[in-house]
Amino acid sequence: MSERVLMKGNEALAEAAILAGCRHFFGYPITPQTELAAYMSKRLPKVGGVFLQAESEIAAINMVQGAAAAGVRAMTSSSSPGISLKTEGISYMCGSNLPCVIVNIQRGGPGLGGIQPSQADYCQAVKAPGHGDLHILVSAPATVQEMVDLAGKAFDLADKYRMPAMILADGMLGQMMEPVVLPGEPAGPLPKKEWAASGHNNGRPKNIINSLYLDPYMLEESIKKRYERYKIIEENESLHENYLADDAEIVLVSYGATSRVAKAAINMARGKGIRAGLLRPLTLYPFPKKAVAEAAKTAKAFISVEMSMGQMVDDIRLACDCSVPVEFFGRTGGVIPNVDEILGFIEKTDRRYK
Amino acid sequence: MKYCYRRDAEGGAPYGKDENYNMKEINARFAGFGGQGILFLSKLVAYCGIIDGREVSTMPSYGPEMRGGTVNSSVRVSDTQIYSPIVDSPELLVVMNLPSYLKFIDTAAPGGTVVIDSSLVSEKTSRTDIDAHYIPATALANENGLQGLANIIMLGKILALTGFTTFETVEKAIKKAVPPSKSHLIEKNIEAVNLGYRM
Amino acid sequence: MPSFKRPKALADVPTSYCPGCTHGVIHRLIAETIDELGIEGKTVGIAPVGCSVLAYNFFNCDMIQAPHGRAPAVATGVKRAIPDNVLFTYQGDGDLAAIGTAETVHAAARGENITVIFVNNAIYGMTGGQMAPTSLPEQVTQTSPYGRDIKSAGFPIKVCELLSTLDGVAYAERVAVDSVKNIRNAKKAVKKAFEAQIAEKGFSIVEIISSCPTNWGLTPVDALDWLRDNMLPYYPLGIYKDKTS
Repeated sequence: MSERVLMKGNEALAEAAILAGCRHFFGYPITPQTELAAYMSKRLPKVGGVFLQAESEIAAINMVQGAAAAGVRAMTSSSSPGISLKTEGISYMCGSNLPCVIVNIQRGGPGLGGIQPSQADYCQAVKAPGHGDLHILVSAPATVQEMVDLAGKAFDLADKYRMPAMILADGMLGQMMEPVVLPGEPAGPLPKKEWAASGHNNGRPKNIINSLYLDPYMLEESIKKRYERYKIIEENESLHENYLADDAEIVLVSYGATSRVAKAAINMARGKGIRAGLLRPLTLYPFPKKAVAEAAKTAKAFISVEMSMGQMVDDIRLACDCSVPVEFFGRTGGVIPNVDEILGFIEKTDRRYK
Repeated sequence: MKYCYRRDAEGGAPYGKDENYNMKEINARFAGFGGQGILFLSKLVAYCGIIDGREVSTMPSYGPEMRGGTVNSSVRVSDTQIYSPIVDSPELLVVMNLPSYLKFIDTAAPGGTVVIDSSLVSEKTSRTDIDAHYIPATALANENGLQGLANIIMLGKILALTGFTTFETVEKAIKKAVPPSKSHLIEKNIEAVNLGYRM
Repeated sequence: MPSFKRPKALADVPTSYCPGCTHGVIHRLIAETIDELGIEGKTVGIAPVGCSVLAYNFFNCDMIQAPHGRAPAVATGVKRAIPDNVLFTYQGDGDLAAIGTAETVHAAARGENITVIFVNNAIYGMTGGQMAPTSLPEQVTQTSPYGRDIKSAGFPIKVCELLSTLDGVAYAERVAVDSVKNIRNAKKAVKKAFEAQIAEKGFSIVEIISSCPTNWGLTPVDALDWLRDNMLPYYPLGIYKDKTS
């Protein structure tokens, strides 16, 4: 086993991206993701890479778009207000079938909001990360180790499906330090990108990277083709962790940093004789619908536990076809729920659905 | 997919530990001024946990950058999976300035241990349900040619009070955490641990 | 007698430009330059949003269509990924000097080693003739129906003058495509800008004063007269920056 090293979430993710073959990072400073960019600015020049601090989030995502169009693994990171600015570029990249990785170290919103951890960009990431009919891959790490593991996976899947992938983390995961095991070896040969606009060298027909279709039928066709891909993704790429959920009557659904607190509450609830469990999505798009439907067979109730006002609740309802009530407990604005309050809500829910 | 939660799945004693293994867990908050080495102290404690093959987490407070501002950090060392990295009611509280003392003294868990740098905090707690220790760490550092190492003196005291690790591990952690450019400070750091340990 | 042939780098397709529009001429100048420098195989062009949005269909090199105003940022990303390739953006006045001002100024300030072809016709063409950042004082457009009122809408932006103050700019020239003489000059400028990039001198820009007969409501010939009478006095032609020698 490789050595366990102590790393900050933001820095571990950055190193993982480099190990995944990312050599092009474009970003703009914003708390609480700054360490990620700072790490890249230090490391990338030493491995022959490019770190560029852009004039804006908008410029940064468009630089990512250019680099991705040229065929390299490119990445940007930001936090909530900055991600809003990137949505234009994300939409273009979806429409142009370009892969990239976008990191959102979420903070409280709306507006300038706050700088403490939040999960209030769930809907933005999962439902509408840009204008138009589109999806991006969204993964949700809960540990610094998963920041590493999911970063590598994000690059692979982005390339495989030719679409942007987002790592939706939060200020807590970005700032905390935990031991991680980094991949021992850098990524092997990266996938060839025959479609890239990197100069045809008079050896092939020209490549065009484009999202414009003035003919609505052609646009519709291109979107439908993309949705075929989304179907394959929804079928094959969802990830979740099942923690004591098999026999659970009260099933918490929680992701990212919040799920850690939820686990502690579940342990305490079990100690009190409540059959509580956790379904933890590691991917938010695709959402682990089948796992939720499966858990609904034994569950008396779901509780969505989030650092938001309940943005995931509807997805749980849809996944279980409203067969089981879905309750919600959350804190928002940068407040991290504590174990006792989650436990209290589990107890209350357990009494209600006895 | 790898998880750092592997121990839960495997169960039993931590890696390389026999059944008699009995090291204390750490659920701590360290707080003081920026520049006092609060984050370095957190890192050292976490390194100790890693060297001992345990689970660790540290979570710094973060906010608008301000010189002279207060900084605090949650630190956990455990033999099982760490859920929340945030320690709301610390079993071990180390405070190295007055604002931190005022902010956190009431959060210490009943029965918990509190270590206060009495060079910088003149107040004494009226709480009787905690075990409070007043160590003039900053003054001790200055008197013993260990300027800037009050935090490490505190580490020695933490070690003595909690037994969360061994002296050998602390020494290894220091060697690991002190950057090569400052390797001449390793001896001083170890001296500071010793001093704190004896206090 | 020299024959008049389509440059190799110019695609053999009908363009989407109005009759009498000068975009076609400018496309040709770029394509000729690409041919003469023998760089089609390693050139990547960035198309903007605006009348020339479909430029990706008209050049035979690899092409990328950028979001409105972002062409210099997209070009930056490409250039940083494949620095040995030749990058050009093709942008109109709304794209470059309004919504994309930040991207333009910062790419120039960084001395990004790319070539910007800036087509200034003092109007938003594709959306039907609205006031542009380069529309002249008193110019009547769809959104300045009483003439551009400088008290309210402010002054036109003189892009070459503005950018020439930046140290990162290696080459900035303003040309026009209203006459054979000026078109020949424009060709020289375009070529010089590409050469500056190939010599890694930094950011190069050619501002091309151009006409829009359709939205100016003039015949192509009258439009060229209007250009000479109104635009050239406000936008003097010439080299504003040259660090290439």
